[in-house]
Amino acid sequence: MAHGPAKGIGRWLFATNHKDIGTMYLWFSFAMFILGGSFAMIIRAELFAPGMQLIKPEFFNQMTTMHGLVMVFGAIMPSFVGLANWMIPLQIGAPDMALPRMNNLSFWILPFGFALLASTLFMEGGAPNFGWTFYAPLSTTYAPDTVNFFIFGVHIIGASSIMGSINIIATVLNLRAPGMTMMKLPLFVWTWLITAFLLVAVMPVLAGVVTMMLMDINFGTSFFDAAGGGDPVLFQHIFWFFGHPEVYIIILPAFGVVSAIIPTFSRKPLFGYSSMVYATSAIAFLSFIVWAHHMFTTGMPIAGELYFMYATMLIAVPTGVKVFNWITTMFKGSLSFETPMLFAIAFVILFTFGGFTGLMLAVAPADIQYHDSYFVVGHFHYVMVAGAVFSMTAGIYYWLPKWTGRMYDETMGKVQFWVAFVGFNIAFIPQHFLGLAGMPRRYADYALQFTDWNMVSSIGAFMYGAAQLMFLYNVIYTIVAGKPTSEEKTWEGAEGLEWTLPTPAPFHTFSTPPEVK
Amino acid sequence: MPINATQKITLKLVVAAIGMFVFAVFLMPPLYDVFCELTGIGGKTKGQYEGSVAAVDAEREVKVQFVATNNGAMPWEFAPVEYQVRVHPGEKTSVEFYARNPTSRDMVAQAIPNITPNNAADFFHKTECFCFNKQPLKAGEETKMGLVFIVDPELPASVTTITLSYTLFDVTEASAAEVATTN
Repeated sequence: MAHGPAKGIGRWLFATNHKDIGTMYLWFSFAMFILGGSFAMIIRAELFAPGMQLIKPEFFNQMTTMHGLVMVFGAIMPSFVGLANWMIPLQIGAPDMALPRMNNLSFWILPFGFALLASTLFMEGGAPNFGWTFYAPLSTTYAPDTVNFFIFGVHIIGASSIMGSINIIATVLNLRAPGMTMMKLPLFVWTWLITAFLLVAVMPVLAGVVTMMLMDINFGTSFFDAAGGGDPVLFQHIFWFFGHPEVYIIILPAFGVVSAIIPTFSRKPLFGYSSMVYATSAIAFLSFIVWAHHMFTTGMPIAGELYFMYATMLIAVPTGVKVFNWITTMFKGSLSFETPMLFAIAFVILFTFGGFTGLMLAVAPADIQYHDSYFVVGHFHYVMVAGAVFSMTAGIYYWLPKWTGRMYDETMGKVQFWVAFVGFNIAFIPQHFLGLAGMPRRYADYALQFTDWNMVSSIGAFMYGAAQLMFLYNVIYTIVAGKPTSEEKTWEGAEGLEWTLPTPAPFHTFSTPPEVK
Repeated sequence: MPINATQKITLKLVVAAIGMFVFAVFLMPPLYDVFCELTGIGGKTKGQYEGSVAAVDAEREVKVQFVATNNGAMPWEFAPVEYQVRVHPGEKTSVEFYARNPTSRDMVAQAIPNITPNNAADFFHKTECFCFNKQPLKAGEETKMGLVFIVDPELPASVTTITLSYTLFDVTEASAAEVATTN
């Protein structure tokens, strides 16, 4: 079928092709990544030295809030939806996503959601300043008026996520090529399938909690207001009922990407495929029953603390299964260290490190000390950045030649990796020390004894920021001037349906389903 | 119109998503209240006590302390007349709180109680409390508000001090009717 893409802007506005929509998701999320990253640069510049240097504390609070919101909902989540759009049909032998028009809608409402959210920066009262977790009553009674823009923004973003995940579930369950049984699905497809179910279950809860805020603020209800018989702690329960599965929504697709890359560059099949599937399902299930470990300081009864502590520690078991499987895949493999593999190995090491600090935080009596300190900030950046973002970067380098028909520059890729890896660790290892020494998070200023490690952390953050500009350059360089390649298998050890297609992947693929043996 | 497999799964997922929204907004808050009431961990006191307590335990003495706080920008003067009383479990005790509206407008307040420690909440019975009703006060008016309580003799032995805290909320806007009747 030689039916090509439409000409001009209409190709993108009315896109129903999964590759075009995937590309738009990826570029949009990268734009959000740069926006959220620039907020982080402002934060680290202000924290470079004690005292107020560059910005006012009120603006600092807006920066920490917007950094979190934009990175979680604008950068990481849409980037993996973009990757899912591109890769799931190619990996299961489907001609497109199951619901192409809904796919178009779920992408095109995203810019409006973020326009609502970002527009608050230019309004009187400023952007949301209550932290990305928007605890009531900070986000209700004491919120700036712009909170309503934030609420409607979250509604739109949530609707987009739900539509995206419905599409993914329908695609994976209904459009698999003949012979592609569930237990033959590539792990990226499996992790996304489970993630999509998590999204359908908890994004409506997020929409619900912001709706309750909206009612409390504008319509006189008292869900979270003790004056009317409500309870602010209820907010935290509902928020974390969404929020804890949310962190697995972010990390599970990252597991899938790494599970594709490590076997390729180890030239061995993935070790323990079925245990990977079961571990992913177990993590997804456990994510629903551990939410209150974010709330150990709210005054829970001892039985509650013990339950949430042990349940949380239980997550280390399926996660450990995954980490051991990746290591065992590499064991006695014929390893080579191209850029995607470097990022994937860094993912395994740094994510495990972040997992261990997570275990420390799971210990209820210790958590009371670590709570809301920079230790927590260090912990979740190890799993969000070195976890999700490193894995995303690895995935882009891994599949970019297949998408564009051009090879990225290996040297530039490796330089970017080392700048990112070193910069990341310089930025975030010291934050653990700061937290253990008692520096609280979300403050624009700090006591003098924290100065040195904050300077080190800021220098690392600037390095890591520079690495992202190198990444942008590398991707554009590849698209414009990369060495053309038409090899079907970009990587010698790669397995899977996507590598049976011509390179670059044509606009329409698998119009006739492939036969999977 | 026959529906295909994709439409079927889409429909199911849309229903599931709507169900989760309904669960979050309409079921989680009441479930939370029921859970707190059953376990008594919210520190919320029960409503008016109708039962009776058999005997006074003269052997034992419990300290009951009172805390009065204004919520947010609530301008009233609000304080317990006595900050602490010693009572025998089973004994009916009456105390008073003082409130004055120093502003030049008529206002209505609602006091919200909370008890520490949490495990005392089930054993602190209020037979009369100003917190059961809204309290209107005209501009400049002052009043004494009553509280009658019994500490249950079943109170766990580990509890020697009970702190009863009231937070006073301004509910004038939500209580236009009460303001009108006081005029």
